[in-house]
Amino acid sequence: MALLAPPAPASAPSRPRDVFLPGGSQRQSRLATLRARLRWPLGIYTTPVAILFLWEILAQAGVLKPTYAPAPSDILSTTVELWQDGVLGPDMAISLQRAGIGLAIGLVVGIVTGVLGGFLRTGEYLFNGVAQILNTIPLLAVLPLFVVWFGIDELTKVLLIAFGAGVPMYLNLFAAIRGVDQRLIEMARTTGAGPWRVVTRVLVPGALPGFLVGLRFSLAYSILGLVAAETINADEGLGFLITQAQTYLQTDKVFVGLVIYSILGLLADQVVRILEQMLLRWRPSYEAV
Amino acid sequence: MTTALNTQTGVLVEQVVRRFADRVVLDHLDLTIDDDELVVLLGPSGCGKSTLLRLLAGLDKPDGGRIEVPVKRAIVFQGDRLLPWQRVLRNVTLGLRGPDADERAHKALAEVNLSGREKAWPKQLSGGEAQRVALARALVSEPELVLLDEPFAALDAITRLRMHDLVRALRRKHHASMLLVTHDVDEAIALADRIVVMSNGRIGDAHTVHLSPAEREASVAREELRAALLSDLGLASQH
Repeated sequence: MALLAPPAPASAPSRPRDVFLPGGSQRQSRLATLRARLRWPLGIYTTPVAILFLWEILAQAGVLKPTYAPAPSDILSTTVELWQDGVLGPDMAISLQRAGIGLAIGLVVGIVTGVLGGFLRTGEYLFNGVAQILNTIPLLAVLPLFVVWFGIDELTKVLLIAFGAGVPMYLNLFAAIRGVDQRLIEMARTTGAGPWRVVTRVLVPGALPGFLVGLRFSLAYSILGLVAAETINADEGLGFLITQAQTYLQTDKVFVGLVIYSILGLLADQVVRILEQMLLRWRPSYEAV
Repeated sequence: MTTALNTQTGVLVEQVVRRFADRVVLDHLDLTIDDDELVVLLGPSGCGKSTLLRLLAGLDKPDGGRIEVPVKRAIVFQGDRLLPWQRVLRNVTLGLRGPDADERAHKALAEVNLSGREKAWPKQLSGGEAQRVALARALVSEPELVLLDEPFAALDAITRLRMHDLVRALRRKHHASMLLVTHDVDEAIALADRIVVMSNGRIGDAHTVHLSPAEREASVAREELRAALLSDLGLASQH
């Protein structure tokens, strides 16, 4: 008797239920799109723009001192000024050249070793240990060593950027090739596809998502390497602009340099995004709500 | 019941042994499949059916004995194993060479009733469609031996029945030895020329099926065969 479950109360509140109706009612959808547009008018750039606005207001109100954080409008006008003075153009050109050469070297080395390491056991043994060690060494920590080895000229700067770009490319490409579904490779072999077919139709496209992850990291680290490299003995380039401005406490110029660095980072990200949209159309991916 | 060993086509398995660590999965197993014959290998999961199929496919090597199979063979796996980054047509032409590859793939897709879906991505296909593409990919190379590893196990009952019809239709056009591995007694009866039951790492009992398509659906002979198969599988007491 004691074990008998208590009888459910007759006036029990109805259990919660879900009701689903077609969501395409026009009034609702128009309201929904309006609300979405109000919530995120600029997509992923909404937050940065909001921060810029807040910053501008605080700076104009005098809460932020110009020596700490000049208003975005001041930074913009300084940028225009620097550009018109013919300072910014050449500095940017030299920085982009460094980043480009360093990135090219880093990507070539990273991709070649990554492909060899991914496809061949010998390649794995040859490169993997070194890459893992290099991966744990911070970019900034090797900077003094590079200066000792390669001097304080362009070579050090380019190699530092290459180092930053090459290691993540190798690691991601290696993991991507090794991570291709074994069952698909097995299937491809049973259809009578030769080794070349298996590589071009299974391994390469299968490793592409991982490759693009590597590319994203490489681009980001190459810009990081650029910033680090340009702090040493630069007499031209964006880093030089920043260091010089710092010396004379021209905070607005420091910000100009930082803004350009961040725009470079943003552009790099967009490039990879576009590549992903073009190359990974086959991928059923999660679309966040 | 076994045929003479003079066949140059088909499958010949003699005293094959396969072991994993100290567990013997295939214990001196013998099996022959004639040219143009569909043999269903029936058994519970884990009895070594797939192991045998992988040996016939050449994906694994036996630890003893001898296996002889045609070079031209194709496999349909339990999952569709389509390349997600290739459209349907390119999935079918994966193993093909030559300028007529696309044309042959079109034909193979038409045979599995998928004309017009050539440009679809695998993610856009239903389970049954994906498995039909896998079937087309296997048949497009005109194999002499087709190995089917529980190809319809993941499909719903209605789709599975349609696939059985499709397999019967395909057999009228393609002349190949077939080995179909399954744990589904009804599927075995629906399709087989001969049903062999695996037990203890060997082929236990074999039943040649001489039934018309209608008899396979419903007849006294069908029920007798079904009862016999269930008894072979050790499930007789329940019926």
